[in-house]
Amino acid sequence: MTVHADYRLSQLAELEAESIHIFREVAAEFEKPVLMFSGGKDSIVMMRLAEKAFFPAKIPFPVLQVDTGYDFPEVLETRDHWVDRLGVRLVIASVEAAIANGVVVDDGKTSRNRLQTGTLLHAIEEEGFTAAFGGGRRDEEKARAKERVYSHRDDFGQWDPKNQRPELWSLYNGRIHAGEHMRIFPLSNWTELDIWYYIGAEEIDIPNIYFAHQRRVFRRDNMLYSESEHNPLRRGETVEERTVRFRTVGDITLTGCVESNADTIAAVIGEIAVARVTERGETRGDDRFSEAAMEDRKREGYF
Amino acid sequence: MAGPSMDLLRFATAGSVDDGKSTLIGRLLLDSKSIFEDQLEAVEMTSKSRGYDYTDLALLTDGLRSEREQGITIDVAYRYFATPRRKFIIADTPGHVQYTRNMVTGASTADLGLVLVDARQGLTEQSRRHAVILSLLRVPHLVLCVNKMDLVDYSEDKFNEIHAEFTSFATKLAIPDLTIVPISALKGDNVVTRSQDMDWYSGPSLLHHLENVHVASDRDLVDTRFPVQYVVRPKSDEYHDYRGYAGRVAGGVLKPGDEVLVLPSGMTSKISEIDLFDKQLDEAFPPMSVTVRLEDDVDVSRGDMICRPQNAPQPSQDIDAMICWMSSTPLRPRQKLSIKHTTRTARAMIKDVQYRLDVNSLHRDLETKELVLNEIGRVQLRTTSPLLCDPYEKNRTTGSFILIDEATGVTVGAGMINTAS
Ligand SMILES: Nc1nc2c(ncn2[C@@H]2O[C@H](COP(=O)(O)OP(=O)(O)OP(=O)(O)O)[C@@H](O)[C@H]2O)c(=O)[nH]1
Ligand SMILES: [Mg+2]
Repeated sequence: MTVHADYRLSQLAELEAESIHIFREVAAEFEKPVLMFSGGKDSIVMMRLAEKAFFPAKIPFPVLQVDTGYDFPEVLETRDHWVDRLGVRLVIASVEAAIANGVVVDDGKTSRNRLQTGTLLHAIEEEGFTAAFGGGRRDEEKARAKERVYSHRDDFGQWDPKNQRPELWSLYNGRIHAGEHMRIFPLSNWTELDIWYYIGAEEIDIPNIYFAHQRRVFRRDNMLYSESEHNPLRRGETVEERTVRFRTVGDITLTGCVESNADTIAAVIGEIAVARVTERGETRGDDRFSEAAMEDRKREGYF
Repeated sequence: MAGPSMDLLRFATAGSVDDGKSTLIGRLLLDSKSIFEDQLEAVEMTSKSRGYDYTDLALLTDGLRSEREQGITIDVAYRYFATPRRKFIIADTPGHVQYTRNMVTGASTADLGLVLVDARQGLTEQSRRHAVILSLLRVPHLVLCVNKMDLVDYSEDKFNEIHAEFTSFATKLAIPDLTIVPISALKGDNVVTRSQDMDWYSGPSLLHHLENVHVASDRDLVDTRFPVQYVVRPKSDEYHDYRGYAGRVAGGVLKPGDEVLVLPSGMTSKISEIDLFDKQLDEAFPPMSVTVRLEDDVDVSRGDMICRPQNAPQPSQDIDAMICWMSSTPLRPRQKLSIKHTTRTARAMIKDVQYRLDVNSLHRDLETKELVLNEIGRVQLRTTSPLLCDPYEKNRTTGSFILIDEATGVTVGAGMINTAS
C-alpha cells in the first residue's frame, strides 16, 4: 500500500493500522477474547488483520463459528484452510446441537439465522469469553452505523443502543463485570469496497462463491436463492441454471445471490463501485422483515 | 469511488437540535451519489407514511427506532462516502444537550468539525457549546454552515450578521482554520454545487471545501512517541529470540538505527527493526501500527513509552487538564476514578475543580467546585502511578485520557492535558 511522500497514509493503510491497534488492545486487556467467524469475506479479512497484528506470534485467541447446519460447503472449506494455516483453535457452536439440547427452540417458524443468537450467547457463556470480535461494518446497515467499536453487552448479551458508553479518541474502555462481555468491531470504518481492495492488495483467499460461477437457483421474493435440500421449493418456484455470485455469505436459506459475470477481484470491484443497491438489501432475506430488523436482532445479542 | 490510495478526511457535525445536521449529511450523500436505491426508497416510504411534504433526508442517518420516532439524533451515526478526490468518514452527532457525550465521541477523532446554525435563530448556547468542545478537542479545521438559508430568503444581511457574531466568538477560542458557508441542507444550496439563489456568495461549496482542505500538516512528525501496546513473543522454534514491541506511532518518525529512550525505566537502546507483518520498514510515522525491535534486551512492557533521549514526555502524577464530564453523578474533589492514558491505566483522585467554563460567555466560574453532566472545567488530579504525558495541544494522543467509574465501568470523563508536573 502506498505511503504518501508527505507522511500521509493511504486510506486503506490507515484503516489497517486502526484495526490492528484494536486487535492488540483487546488481546492486551481482555482475559478471554474470541474471533467470531461467520464464513464471509469480512471475517476472513478480520483473520488476516489478526494474523498481521501478532506476527510472527500466533493469534492469541481462538475462532468461534456458529454452525447453522445450513452453511455453504465452500465456506467451511475456506474456514478449515485458514484455521489450519494460522494454527488457531476452532470452537464450533452448532445450532443443531443447541436445538437438541434445548438451548434454543426450533418452532419451525424461526429462521436459523435467528436461532444463531441463542446458540452464540450460550457458547460465549459456556466458554467464558469476555470479548468477541465481529466483522460488522458500519456501512452495512443503519443500526450498525450507530454502534461503537467496543460494544458493551449485559448479562443477557443485550445491546442497549440508547445507552452506549462514550468512546473517545482511540482510548477504548474494556471494563466489564463478571458475566458481561464486549463485542468488538475492528472493521467498523471499512466499507464494502475497502474490503475488496484489501482482499485484492493482500491476495486474500476467500470462498470462490464470491466470484461468478454457474449455479442452480430459484427466485423467491425477488431474490435468487441457491437450490438446496434445506430450502424446499414452494409452489410455482422453478430451478434454473444461472451465472451468479454471492455478495454476502450467511445461512444458505437466507442469502441470495446476484447475476454476475465478475470472476476476478478487479471485476467484482468494478461491479460494486457502480452498484445501486446495498449488499444487505440485495442479498439478505433476514433484513427485509421490518424497518428495524437489524436493530432488534442486535439488541438480542446477534452478531 | 474510493481508490485504495486516496487519503482520508474524518469530519463530525455539531450544533443545536434541529439545525439540520442529519439533513445535511443526507444531502451530501445523496448529491454525491452515495445513496443506494434501497436506502432511498426506504426513507421515501417512511416519509410518505408519516405524511411529510418532502423526503426527510435525516432518516438516512437517524437509524435507531427511537430516533425515527422522535425525529432527533440520539447517538452518533458513522457514514462513509468518497469522491474522486478523497474518502470521507462522517460522524453525524446529536444536537440535544442531553446527548453531548455522544457528540464528544464523534468529534474526538475528527479532522474537521461542521457547526450548523439555523439562519433564523443565529447562535444558540448549544452551538457555542459545540464550538467550544471542538476547539478544546483541537479539531484543526472548523466550518460554520449557516443553514436553512431558504427560510430567510437567502438574505445576505442575515448571513453577514451570523458571520460577524460567530467570528467574534471564535476569536476567544483556539480555532486555527475557520470557513463559513451559507447553505440550505434541505434544498441543496452550496452543499455540493454552488447556489443559484445566493450570487452574493463567492466562496466554494461545502463539498469543494471538504475535498480540498489541507490536512497533511496536522500530525506531529517531530516528537517521537511510541506507546507500547503489546509485547510480541512467538515462543516458536523459528522465532525463538524474537521480542517485538507492538503499538501505534503517536508522534514523530521512527527509523531503524534511531537511539531511543524507554520510559519509565529510563533505559536506552537503538531500534534494530521496524516490522509491519513480514516486512521491515525504513520508517514509521503516525498513525501506523507497527512492531519495534530493539538492539538490547531491555525490559519493556505494555504501558511503557519509546521516545528519544533528548525529547521525552514528562512522567507525572500531578495532572492539570480540561475535563468534559459525562456522568449524571457530579465530578467532585476527592473522587476516585480509573484513568486510561495511552496504553496505561491507573487510578486517579480529583484534587481540585479549579473552574467551570461557561460555554456561552467563556467566563471561568471559580466558585463552583463540581462539574455536572455535560459541563466542562479545569481540574487537577493525582494519579497512583506516573503517566507519560504531553500537553494536548502538542499531541492529541499522548495528551488525552479518559476517566472510568470504578463501580459501573462506564466512561465518565474525557480529559485534555494542559500541563503535567
Ligand atoms: N427549510 C429547511 N429545513 C431544513 C433545512 N435543514 C434541515 N431542515 C429541517 O429541519 C428539521 C431538523 O433537521 P435534522 O437534520 O433532523 O436536524 P439535526 O440537526 O440533525 O437535529 P439533531 O440531530 O436532533 O440535533 C427537519 O425537519 C429538516 O427537514 C434547510 O436547509 N431548510
Ligand atoms: Mg441529527
